[in-house]
Amino acid sequence: MQNFSQILQQTALETPERIAIYLLLNGLPARAITFGELMCGSAGYSNALAAAGVQPGEVVVLILNHSKDLVYAFYGAVLHGAIPTIMPFLTEKLSPDYYRASLAALFEITSPAAVITYPEFVEEVGVARSAIRCLLVSSQVSPSAKPDYSDRAVFGGLDRSPDDVVLLQHSSGTTGLQKGVALSHKAVFNQIESYAEALRLSPDDTIVSWLPLYHDMGLIAGFILPILKRVPLVLMSPFDWVRAPYKLMQAISTYRGTLCWLPNFAYNFCAQKVRPRHLEGVDLSSLRAVINCSEPMHWKSHQAFLERFRPYGLRPEALATCYAMAENVFAVTQGGLDKPVTQDRVNQHALLTRQAAEPAQDDSLAVKLLSAGRPIRNTHLRVLDANGQDLPDRRVGEIALLSDCMLTGYYHRPDLTENAFQDGWYLTGDLGYLAGGELYITGRKKDLIIVGGKNIYPQDLERLANEVEGVHPGRVVAFGMFDEQAGTEEVVIVAETDDEDIGRTEHDSLEQGKADAIAEEIRQRVTRGSDVALRYVKIVGRNWLLKTSSGKIARQANHDKYMQESAL
Amino acid sequence: MTENLTDTIIQSLSQYIAAEILKQPKRKIDAQEPLISSGLIDSFHLVDLALYIEDNFGVHIDDTELNADTFDTLNQLAALIQPRQ
Repeated sequence: MQNFSQILQQTALETPERIAIYLLLNGLPARAITFGELMCGSAGYSNALAAAGVQPGEVVVLILNHSKDLVYAFYGAVLHGAIPTIMPFLTEKLSPDYYRASLAALFEITSPAAVITYPEFVEEVGVARSAIRCLLVSSQVSPSAKPDYSDRAVFGGLDRSPDDVVLLQHSSGTTGLQKGVALSHKAVFNQIESYAEALRLSPDDTIVSWLPLYHDMGLIAGFILPILKRVPLVLMSPFDWVRAPYKLMQAISTYRGTLCWLPNFAYNFCAQKVRPRHLEGVDLSSLRAVINCSEPMHWKSHQAFLERFRPYGLRPEALATCYAMAENVFAVTQGGLDKPVTQDRVNQHALLTRQAAEPAQDDSLAVKLLSAGRPIRNTHLRVLDANGQDLPDRRVGEIALLSDCMLTGYYHRPDLTENAFQDGWYLTGDLGYLAGGELYITGRKKDLIIVGGKNIYPQDLERLANEVEGVHPGRVVAFGMFDEQAGTEEVVIVAETDDEDIGRTEHDSLEQGKADAIAEEIRQRVTRGSDVALRYVKIVGRNWLLKTSSGKIARQANHDKYMQESAL
Repeated sequence: MTENLTDTIIQSLSQYIAAEILKQPKRKIDAQEPLISSGLIDSFHLVDLALYIEDNFGVHIDDTELNADTFDTLNQLAALIQPRQ
């Protein structure tokens, strides 16, 4: 088996003029990058890392916006034999203090040898840099005109073993940044091979992606898969897309895109926020799959997307689904390619009360679920009860995986790695059921909120809210609440206050003013200190929050109580 | 006259942002209050704001202008809108 660098080198040798990436960035003309250029640009970063004394096997953190620098720095680190990990760029809303704290959290566990960033960002990183040996500035790195691959001090990546770790992938927040998913060359190749089969990927395909590269969907489906399989990639920036979603449609039309991955909210977002004048002349008929992935999938989102874009050539059979996670490199299942996505109408009452997905007889109790499809070739699934026993079809339990593309481990966290597996099976923390060989995801066992496809750990938000004066220490809960219009979860925080007057059912406007002030402070702290723009905050009196028998705040029970009170 | 127009624009934007973006209809937004750099309006809602401005004031705000460098307060936003009307 080869490694990443050997495949890149071979591709550049065989097809140097073939276009690897069309880079579309606001304010810049579209830029086509050939495989030859990709190698030269990346080799420049390999040189810089070698000159800085970074050794193969060491971690390199990339703090760069979507750009050719990010592309080259990533593959340059790989060619050098180092382990790249892409860190979200600082957004304007985030407080610099919290950004530094999250960098420190990442550095503490990962112990990177180097950080590659922009000149204007050096100071920001510097504050948290004690653990890092070197700081490379992208503007000082130039492409290598003719890379000499025999120089293994620079291109140590060519000698890496398929079992070595090739990259790390983190989710956001202090918790996520301390839990880097380490993936080997072999795991990534095994994923790509079996996922390409499931997709029936061919050289005629063109992948269009605006997804962030610090997330598995963007990194694997929208970056590594196309490069390794020599499928042209049209790469847009998430920063540009969120301000102009129509540009995705225009890019698909211009480049005859065939495959595109989107988190569920993006179906609603595109359907609601694209002007007709921006769709003039747009033709989406080249799309053979728009794949819904990374957060709970809703048939209404598919319907809204189809209604909006069918007049522009979108074919109904292009709607597809996927269940994926970084721990399996990416895809676990794929649905909607050989036949339309299966919709299962089940009895909601039985689902909630008996964890049974019974076909609905009565329309009033029916809930329609989208199938995530069948497992890809190399991945095996089980649905387990609380005792780890297999459940029959149509019974909801925890989804467990076995594959040849699992993570090597959580980087430098053997404790977490050990806990994640049971008898060799990876416990996903997701709940679902199997029916007719297809997987349906119904919920989550783990405490995780998914906002716009991004994983948010509630404890990170609770920690921020806890700092606010007037909040009783430790008496805060954060959870997700599905917002149908947005097609994703909204975060809710409920906090108990020490102010006894606020807790009374009937309180005056003075007390309301105090509660509002605490709520506003929580909104600001959480918004500035995390990836979440917090809207929903409820201030309550002492003993409102429900605890588990072991004394911990029960997130699900408090979610249910909040929803009941909100409905009154 | 100009001042009145500015006030009208600010009031309309303020009500829209409070009700539709922040989901707090009673929230008052000061004309000097930072909107983007504070995270009050997150990136997912910038395009909503541009659509609202186009529908209500007939003014086009380009997506490349949806950032804190171009406008961060209602005052600055009104100053961007008014000359284009």
